[in-house]
Amino acid sequence: MKNILDLLKYLVIGAFFGLVLVKAEVVSWFRIQEMFHFQSFHMYGIIGSAVVVGAISVYLLIKFKAKAFTGERVNPQPKEFQKVGNLAGGAVFGLGWALTGACPGPLYALLGAGFYPILLAIGGTLLGVWVYALVKPKLPH
Amino acid sequence: MDAVIQLLSQPWPWWVSGPLLGLMVPILLLAGNKEFGISSTFRHICSALLPFKPNYLQYDWKKSAWQLALAAGTVLGGFLAVYFFQGAQTPQISSEARGLFLSWGMVNQLSLGPDFLQSWSSAFTLTGLLSLVLGGFLVGFGTRWANGCTSGHAIMGLSLLNPGSFVAVVGFFAGGTLASWYLVPFILGL
Repeated sequence: MKNILDLLKYLVIGAFFGLVLVKAEVVSWFRIQEMFHFQSFHMYGIIGSAVVVGAISVYLLIKFKAKAFTGERVNPQPKEFQKVGNLAGGAVFGLGWALTGACPGPLYALLGAGFYPILLAIGGTLLGVWVYALVKPKLPH
Repeated sequence: MDAVIQLLSQPWPWWVSGPLLGLMVPILLLAGNKEFGISSTFRHICSALLPFKPNYLQYDWKKSAWQLALAAGTVLGGFLAVYFFQGAQTPQISSEARGLFLSWGMVNQLSLGPDFLQSWSSAFTLTGLLSLVLGGFLVGFGTRWANGCTSGHAIMGLSLLNPGSFVAVVGFFAGGTLASWYLVPFILGL
């Protein structure tokens, strides 16, 4: 039961995330092309202000030794630095972001929003993860 | 209540929606010391569903059930946005962008995306399949190779001033700009 309540908590947080993604128009293919053509400040304003809020929050939570509702001390761990993986993988993801007009959050949000052909993109994404898993040992990172 | 719904149903300016997205970082840290990220949910789904798994997919995905709940919530949020808050309205894009899409032959610039996102018959064309299936494939492969997406690297990673995330974001924009200038118009013309 405790487990289910715990999952419900993240379901609600996710619903907030999905709602904001759609109303922010971050899920819009038009907005994404506009961003990559540097034709509007909209997306840069969103990503920039999100990072500012995120960074200030992290600073304050650590400075004041905040505790999570679960009792643990808040201590976010940075991801490992992988020169080739971060850059090359990032660029491959960028290609896909422009083609579909959706990064992973919007893939889910668009499904809920009723843009059902996005299921083809979700299928492609799962295929991409599986192929990555197959070739991972041979890829530089 | 009606007034609130009406207010929320307007388009949200970037200085409202951006900070709200940034709040995902402290909300998840306070909810259970979780780091914000979405793209690894596709790895968990592969791990849960595939019968024969390469090493990379052999782990206890159930430990990341919270993240799958977050993804399910994101679907729900998309539904709420459209059915209660006018979420599928056509964005107020710049006149330059409007002109660009016209030059790509897109007369119908309605709702959140092109026809291939709105109807199955447009999705099952060469343009639709390449945009969606190939695009999705690159999203899946790329986010695993880079170990994160716009959530985990651009928002969470940059908030932690993580060097690898800066490198990843440079990669996102290099690949995205290249594709949006050259690949997208080519695929739309097929």
